[in-house]
Amino acid sequence: MKRPEPVQVIKQRRDAALQGLVTRIPYIQFLGIQFDRRGDELTAILPFADHLIGNPMLPALHGGATAAFLEVAAIIELSWTALWEKMEGGAGEKPSLLMPKTIDFSVDYLRTGLPRDAYARARVNRSGRRYASVHVEAWQDNRARPFAQATGHFLIPTPA
Amino acid sequence: MQDLTDTEIEERRTRIGQAFVAALPHATALGMELTEIGSGRAVVSMNYDPRFVGDPDSGVIHGGAVSALMDTCAGAAVMAHPNGPQGTATLDLRIDYMRPATPGQRITATADCYHVTRSVAFVRAVATDLDTDRPVAAATGAFTIEMPA
Repeated sequence: MKRPEPVQVIKQRRDAALQGLVTRIPYIQFLGIQFDRRGDELTAILPFADHLIGNPMLPALHGGATAAFLEVAAIIELSWTALWEKMEGGAGEKPSLLMPKTIDFSVDYLRTGLPRDAYARARVNRSGRRYASVHVEAWQDNRARPFAQATGHFLIPTPA
Repeated sequence: MQDLTDTEIEERRTRIGQAFVAALPHATALGMELTEIGSGRAVVSMNYDPRFVGDPDSGVIHGGAVSALMDTCAGAAVMAHPNGPQGTATLDLRIDYMRPATPGQRITATADCYHVTRSVAFVRAVATDLDTDRPVAAATGAFTIEMPA
């Protein structure tokens, strides 16, 4: 019987795959977004920074920074889901890192974004051969009180 | 709700324009510039920057940066409405991405606040690169209106 791979080897491979996906995208670095992985579950983290502020009087996160954070979380979740299946399928084929293209993205602002770290989790509601629908929710101190949510449709990349 | 006089409106617009550049750290971080402001209308543009790229294979700007531009421009259009709101916040914003913006080109958003009630403003916006006949993205949004007490 084949011995299972040591857990550290598996973790290292998965973390490297995730980092490979995330570090390629300049805008993710610009916003300072990080990803926390537990098994296949991802949480996007937006550490607070002054340049994310939209209204300095409150102060509050810029709606555009919030929208970008949600869109990044949705796109990475979608790419990660595809990458995970290939990686764990053991087919050994090199997974595609082509980015999904956003068709539309609709953001619902529920509360003021506070000058604190924000977190987001996305769920792929439907992913077909060409199109995918993804929902994403972001919160700050309290998971049960999201400050923004969004639904987007994406075009699945097909290698040329 | 009393409409402001022409001079008041003009003063307001200038003030909004100046405040806009100085007071929105995220807009400043993205290098946004308010190039036009009129009655319920605003034009904001942003230079191409390799730091804003979302697709490293094509060099196309991330949708999130376009969203930030649209949101900022739409908010400015609300503030420029003749009813003279004191403040505004985004309630919802939907963006349709019609085509990728051409890498290297400046992106310009134009927003029109086409209707306001006592508490809500409705806005449409469109973004183009140098090929102004073919929009890159379109947005519709609802914004809160905070009136002077």
